[in-house]
Amino acid sequence: MSSREKILSAIRSSQPAFRELPALPTGQPAAPQELAERFSKVLEAIGGAVYFVPGFDAVAKILKELHPGAKRIVSDCPELAALAERPSGEEDPHSFEDIDVTVLRAQFGVAENGACWITEERMIERAVPFICQHLALVIDKKDIVPSMHEAYDRIAGEVYGFGTFIAGPSKTADIEQSLVLGAHGPRSMVAFVLDMDAQDAGFY
Amino acid sequence: MHEKTKDHAALADQFNKDEPRVDWHDETLWWVRQKRDKAAHQVPDWEVLRNTASGIKDNVLSNLGAYLEKFEEQARNNGVTVHWAADATEHNQIIHSLLQRHGVDKMVKSKSMLTEECHLNEYLKEQGIEVIDTDLGERVVQLAGEPPSHIVLPCIHKKKEEIGEIFHEHLGTPAGNADPQFLTHAARLHLREKFLTRRVALTGVNFAIAQTGEFVVCTNEGNADMGAHLADVHIACMGIEKIIPERKHLGVFLRLLTRSATGQPITTYSSHFRKPRAGQEMHIVIVDNGRSIQLGRKDFRNSLKCIRCAACMNTCPVYRRSGGHSYHTAVAGPIGSILAPNLDMKKYADLPFASTLCGSCSNVCPVKIDIHEQLYKWRQVIVQEGNAPVAKTAAMQAMDFVLSHPSVYRTAGKTGRWFLHNAPFTVNNGLNAWYKQRDMPAAPQKSFGEWYKKNRKG
Ligand code: SF4
Repeated sequence: MSSREKILSAIRSSQPAFRELPALPTGQPAAPQELAERFSKVLEAIGGAVYFVPGFDAVAKILKELHPGAKRIVSDCPELAALAERPSGEEDPHSFEDIDVTVLRAQFGVAENGACWITEERMIERAVPFICQHLALVIDKKDIVPSMHEAYDRIAGEVYGFGTFIAGPSKTADIEQSLVLGAHGPRSMVAFVLDMDAQDAGFY
Repeated sequence: MHEKTKDHAALADQFNKDEPRVDWHDETLWWVRQKRDKAAHQVPDWEVLRNTASGIKDNVLSNLGAYLEKFEEQARNNGVTVHWAADATEHNQIIHSLLQRHGVDKMVKSKSMLTEECHLNEYLKEQGIEVIDTDLGERVVQLAGEPPSHIVLPCIHKKKEEIGEIFHEHLGTPAGNADPQFLTHAARLHLREKFLTRRVALTGVNFAIAQTGEFVVCTNEGNADMGAHLADVHIACMGIEKIIPERKHLGVFLRLLTRSATGQPITTYSSHFRKPRAGQEMHIVIVDNGRSIQLGRKDFRNSLKCIRCAACMNTCPVYRRSGGHSYHTAVAGPIGSILAPNLDMKKYADLPFASTLCGSCSNVCPVKIDIHEQLYKWRQVIVQEGNAPVAKTAAMQAMDFVLSHPSVYRTAGKTGRWFLHNAPFTVNNGLNAWYKQRDMPAAPQKSFGEWYKKNRKG
């Protein structure tokens, strides 16, 4: 008998009588403005930064201010063509080793934990959001859900090869519980929340 | 491990020789526990979540065979190769053969307690294969030649000065530099080179979804992703109990996991791997290694609901003051003490006794495992099967006698208090392991029973 058969038959003779799945809880719905504020507060508390911007011009302007020395900026956003290179995604992932800043459009954000969901079609290549020194994700203000329950309502039927929630910069507290940002992945992470009502100047 | 392993009490004894370190260890973990409390209290439906998580896991355990088959089918449809390993040896051999097939003798590995349980690193080393652990804490203990002492915080027992020294010796950082920021950056550079040059990456699995055949890996550092996305071959190892039915159930578990572990609202990365990227090979190794036996133990099967958050360790007064290594098993603390006897009842006979049965573990457990009750039940099984540690046997026989004779219980209590007041040295003998390195609490002048007898009529 193969290990597969052995394991499955051992499980079948050991497993208890069938138990039904419980109903799932739901999050609390809230107005977009409130969700955006919650998202922003939580993400900042875990080491990220949040900018409410009216459009991509503001994104470009802020990124230039944040990373004046950046040599290689990549993005899949056509709006940032003047700022960033747009690789095809066919490249060897190792070739992304020298990226300073990556800007990607995530699908949505989650208010309760500051995470953004993004699948591989929006990553250029899977390694890109992890290997860069700094990461920026762009979401629409209307695309912020209250909790992970609503997040999975949105993802439930989605087909992807790879997808991830990203909440803040890569970090570790393994040395005496002192928090250090920039473990293996990006040393900083910002979320740009596109908000038509945000003023070009002053709001951020 | 050819010599007889020391038991928990003896190993705790070693740890307890350095009292300031014990205090520091204790306080650090308690601080993590408090962060967990704060995070839990911010979620209004926390208890609903715990009940739901526990209920989902009940369903999983009752239908595990079907879910595993579904998962396998879906994973295959996704282009992933699925392997089954009955035990640790088979698991290690599967991985070795994959490495051989690709002619590779070096790989990177992100955190996987299962591979610790299977002693994969030692096995591969004997085959001439170099494994680099890429989680910072795991890299630290690996360089120090030690196993992790905690499932979430692998080097929690190490002071930063010691880590500075280890890095000085192995990574060439300046002597005497113990700045966490500096050391983390040194590790980042050291490990980046490994990520960029290794062709095989092994990761653990936090959750595997039967419905879609995908698996989820959670890290803060991003090391699982750096390894997997840069490697030609991604191997993911999982115990059979990691299955959950549908993607939407992740909502429940991801809300609980990191809040329970470190008090964060979620890990930085919760990565969902469904298909290999173009040109990449992806393998999943599904491991039993005693789990199907535990599933058949009515009193202990709930231990398989564990999502490895470590909250039970952080809260445990015994773990905090005895250190993870005193448990001499891959998964330490209260949960480790109910998992290990299933694998080897004789070798781990001491572990269910390394507890005060205070119940704090069960109170914090996000999937509501009755941990302290299982510890108590294991004690009974172990004693019945004649495996009890010697000191415990004498003490338990006495305890058994005392508890079944209420008048003796009252006298014994009085005697005990008298001895503590008047002759504490007599309590400090080889049969009372907990007395070592500890001041016994000041004995109350009166027991509650005496107080109640005297006052109830008043
Ligand atoms: S037993 Fe519960 S508290 Fe302990 S690690 Fe497992 S899930 Fe966490």
